Amino acid sequence: MTCEELLKALNEYVDDETALAVCQEFAEHLAGCDPCQVVVDNIRQSIALYKAGEPYPMPPEFEARLRNSLKERWQQKFGKVS
Amino acid sequence: MKIATPLVPTTDEHLIGQAAGGDFTAYQELVTRFQVRVFGVAFRIVGQRQDAEDVTQQTFLSLIEHIDSFRGESSVATWLLRIATNHALKLLRKRRGLPTVSLSGPTDDDDNYSSLPHPDFIARWSATPETLAQRAEVREQIGSALNTLDDKYRVVFVLRDIEGMSVRETAEALDLTEGTVKVRLLRARLMLREQLTRQFGDEATRLFPDHEHG
Repeated sequence: MTCEELLKALNEYVDDETALAVCQEFAEHLAGCDPCQVVVDNIRQSIALYKAGEPYPMPPEFEARLRNSLKERWQQKFGKVS
Repeated sequence: MKIATPLVPTTDEHLIGQAAGGDFTAYQELVTRFQVRVFGVAFRIVGQRQDAEDVTQQTFLSLIEHIDSFRGESSVATWLLRIATNHALKLLRKRRGLPTVSLSGPTDDDDNYSSLPHPDFIARWSATPETLAQRAEVREQIGSALNTLDDKYRVVFVLRDIEGMSVRETAEALDLTEGTVKVRLLRARLMLREQLTRQFGDEATRLFPDHEHG
C-alpha cells in the first residue's frame, strides 16, 4: 500500500480500524511509515477536539422569544395550544 | 376539569405523531429535546449567533408547517437536522448574494479521490484534545478553522464528525450519495488536520517523510 492509497482509505480506518478489509495492509503501512501514523493520530485528535468542545449554549433571551413565536404560529395553524 | 397527563418518556416518533394531531405539549417537548442540537449545528454552519438564532427559529417553524409530512423514513433527529442544515445553507447563500439553490450538487469536480490535499505539516500535538478543549482561545481557533472550509465540506464534517451521524444519515440529510459524503468528509478532515496541526503540533516532533509520499 502506498501513502496515496492509504490517504484514500483513511476515512474507514479513522472511523473503525477493526471493520475494514484493508486494515491489515493499512496497519502494516503505518508500522513502517511514522508520518502516516502521525497523520492518522492528528485526524483523530482533530475530531476529538471538536467533539470535546462545549456545545454552543442557546441564549436564554432567545429561547423566550423562540417559544413565543412558535406558540403564535402553532395557534395560527391549530387554533389552540392544548 | 381536565387532568394533566404527565409526559412519560416517549420516543421522538411518538411525539411527532401526537404533535401532528394538534398536541402542543408534545411539540414543545420536541423543541426541548432538539433545540440545543439544532442551535449548535446552525451556529457551526453559519458561524454567528444572530444567524444561528434565525435558523433555529426557521427550523422549528418548519416543523409546525410540515409536521404531518414526517414519514419515518429517517429518524426525527436526522429529519430535523436536515431542515436546519437546509435553512443554514440557504441563509449563507443569501448572505453572499448567491441564488438560494442547493449546495449539494453531486457533480462537483472535486468529489473524487484525485488531488487530495496532502499532509504537509506533520507533527505530534503538544497537548491532548481534552486539555486543549478547555481553553477559550482554542475554542475560537477551531471555530475559525471550521469557517475556512468551503460550505459543502463544513456541513459534512459538522453532521458526521461533530454530530455523530452515520455516513448514510449524513447522505440522507444532505441529499448526497454516500460516496460523495465520504470524499467530502475526507477532504474536510485533511484540511482541518493541516490547520489544527500547524496550531497545536509540536514543531520539535515535526516529521518529514523519508520516501516519496504520494
